[in-house]
Amino acid sequence: MSKKNPEYDFKWCPGCGDFGVRRALELAMINRMEETGKPMENNVIVAGIGCSGNMVHLLEGNQPYGIHGIHGRALPIALGVKMAQPSLNVVVVAGDGDFLSIGAEHIGPQAARNLNICAVIMDNGVYGLTKGQSSPTTLEGTVTSSTPFGKLESKTHPLELYLTMGVSFIASGFSGQPRPLSQLIQQGMDHPGFSIVHIQSPCTAYNDTFLELKGDLKNGIQPTLWDIPDDHDTSDKAAAHELLQQGGVPVGVIYHDTERVSLDENVVKTWEKARPKTIEQMMGAFEF
Amino acid sequence: MKMRDFVVRFAGEGGQGVVTSAEGLAQTSTLVGYHALTFATFPSQILGGPTWTQARISVDPILAPGDDVNVLVAFNKDAYDTHYKDVREDGVVIFDSTEFQLEDDGRSFGLPFEELAKSTGNNRAANMVIMGALAHLIDMPQKHLESFVEERFNRGRDGDAEIIRSNIEALGLGRKHIAESGFSLGELAPPEKPNYEQLMIKGNDAISIGAIAAGLDFYVGYPISPATTILLYMERNLVGEDRFAYQVSSEIESITAILGAGYAGKRAMTATAGPGISLMSEGLGLAWMAEIPLVVVDVQRGGPATGLPTKTEQSDLMSCMYPAHGDVRLPIIAVGTVEECFYGAIKALEWAEKYQGPVILMTEMALAERSQNIPKPDLSKVKQAKREVYTGTNGYLRYAGRELSPMPIPGSPGAYVANGSEHDDMGDTTHLGERHVQMTERRFSKIKLLEEDEYERDQTEHSVVVMPWGGSKGPAQEAYITLKENGVPVGWYYTIYLNPLPPKMLEELKKKDLVIVPELNYQGQFSSILRSMGVKAESITQYTGLPFKGRTLVEKITEMTNAHLKETVRV
Repeated sequence: MSKKNPEYDFKWCPGCGDFGVRRALELAMINRMEETGKPMENNVIVAGIGCSGNMVHLLEGNQPYGIHGIHGRALPIALGVKMAQPSLNVVVVAGDGDFLSIGAEHIGPQAARNLNICAVIMDNGVYGLTKGQSSPTTLEGTVTSSTPFGKLESKTHPLELYLTMGVSFIASGFSGQPRPLSQLIQQGMDHPGFSIVHIQSPCTAYNDTFLELKGDLKNGIQPTLWDIPDDHDTSDKAAAHELLQQGGVPVGVIYHDTERVSLDENVVKTWEKARPKTIEQMMGAFEF
Repeated sequence: MKMRDFVVRFAGEGGQGVVTSAEGLAQTSTLVGYHALTFATFPSQILGGPTWTQARISVDPILAPGDDVNVLVAFNKDAYDTHYKDVREDGVVIFDSTEFQLEDDGRSFGLPFEELAKSTGNNRAANMVIMGALAHLIDMPQKHLESFVEERFNRGRDGDAEIIRSNIEALGLGRKHIAESGFSLGELAPPEKPNYEQLMIKGNDAISIGAIAAGLDFYVGYPISPATTILLYMERNLVGEDRFAYQVSSEIESITAILGAGYAGKRAMTATAGPGISLMSEGLGLAWMAEIPLVVVDVQRGGPATGLPTKTEQSDLMSCMYPAHGDVRLPIIAVGTVEECFYGAIKALEWAEKYQGPVILMTEMALAERSQNIPKPDLSKVKQAKREVYTGTNGYLRYAGRELSPMPIPGSPGAYVANGSEHDDMGDTTHLGERHVQMTERRFSKIKLLEEDEYERDQTEHSVVVMPWGGSKGPAQEAYITLKENGVPVGWYYTIYLNPLPPKMLEELKKKDLVIVPELNYQGQFSSILRSMGVKAESITQYTGLPFKGRTLVEKITEMTNAHLKETVRV
């Protein structure tokens, strides 16, 4: 919504990481508009369900198109939008619950297809909107409203998962740094294939990780965030794996495969082989 | 009197040529000018398993697979034991005497299919041996069969001439052997060749071509019996620039991907069977809620869960009409013949675009796999499905009002959020009661746009009427013709539009004392929907995995009509 809509009563909590992600996404789209000359309505934001999904209603300024769909299905909806109109810039916004739990089955197929969309994932390690249940990225042993004796499962490692599944552009970012984050998102959008920008976007209500992410050196707290060094070879998958073994939360581009062909490009290639028939010809095959 | 109609059933193992024999006979017969219809039922396995296919050949247009078998072709002993009881008293059994032997019962004839085929130098010509024998039984001229063989095997390859020669020799051998036995069914009346162009086509292919004729742009699907052939047709034919056909990773991906495509301005469709409908439940609700055009074809099979994947049933009506949680009632078109498959697909796409929402096209296994000769569709009558598209500036209120409004297409001005949460005019989420009232009424109001005038009616002066739906139309129609001849006082109604029903038809039905609904499910799903609309409907149900027999319906309808009339007199 471009202006305040008095009827829309959803609010992110004060300090929510998603504010920073919103700013970064807006900046990325605006920059891209300027660079490509395409209007804002060339963007389609496909949102999941949860706090993150409300992004699509909370964007300010010129409005892109949006779909606020059903839980876990943002990726296949995006598949339909993109393959229907490959010239659109299609962006998925989802949280760790939506993307990595109920929707996890769709990551592998999009990676295999190298679907040319950008997924902006807001990871807060908790189900916020339903008030604090454990999510795939909640640490093992954590007590939440749904894990009174501590979480029984180990934490999912999303970046390693993406790399193993064959996602062709993987970046990791932090909501507290909207400008650099917007550059990562824009790189993801510009990448002609499946890109995921996985963002630490803390939940101030149920899993406030701001302090551990940023650290507090005065009080002896080391930040878990660390910048990926400039000499990291993003085209090297083995290097990317190694980088992820260092722990903490790397910030920057982890992996970028510039060779792979996207699904829409592969479809265009089939046009050379395809011999479209008229309806008359199709019926002709059944005439006698 | 010469025969006007006969039924041949081929029964054996999958892979023995059961299906190709029936298809071959049907094709040959239509080529000559007869009408033909095949009915197939398979086991759910790749090779082997008991299979049977039936071909009905007639001088007149055919409505149903046929109640009784004139000729049984048994490829093995099991097949003979299973199907023998369905053969008419004056029928004939041809069995493979290299597989098994029978005592002479005066109507069974052993023919060494394989041996005779081998003697022609073509091991694969066993089907032709059988065809030759069948042709003799009904006195079909040899030249018809030969021209069929020539047409079929003339494929521009080096070996064509030899294959044609050996197949023709096989035809002659089958004919010669059975001629020596003295068996005959009598002569089939000469064909009355239709004076219009025809197609010999299966239901699923007719749906595929119909959908493409209506302007389908986008198809995705996931393999599932008996809907897979639509996916395969689309992958080969919905190709080239601005067309997309693709296999996705689940039915959840199918429904959500066509939703994305429908939102992005494309005429989009998928096809599935019952298990897929269950998985699509939430996506269908989203399409209804966010007002996004799309078509889902449900090729029904039997039972809940995996059920009977290769049998026929009409038990998905409730799950198609009410697929999702919340207040949802989807438009339904249910086709009953191969010809209706073609026109039903066109209508389904037209409806989806017209009311901007999901439409379900219901068909069933017995139609999907049925080959039938139909009049070649007249393309000049086909309308391309059209959507009312928004062409204004930004700042559009997509969901304003209580009725349909033009739909913006991404890439053009008019950006909005298509929202599966209850929303306001611009598509933002809301919890206000009055909005839920407005939007619920808006969604249901659009159904009115789909009301049609056309429906079938006959002898409507009677207070008792028969009204089948979907694939039970054929057997019911056949029964109705007999009932009429027998002077049973029943009328006839039929439509492919199950929701919304043609309003005039519904008014007429409400005035009837009894509406008899033959349907292939346990619960009587359609009659219960009709009763909820104020129609005094009662079902005749069957849930064997097979279509109705005309005879069964004649008996039951006569019984129900008489019982009802007696009751009325008593009152």
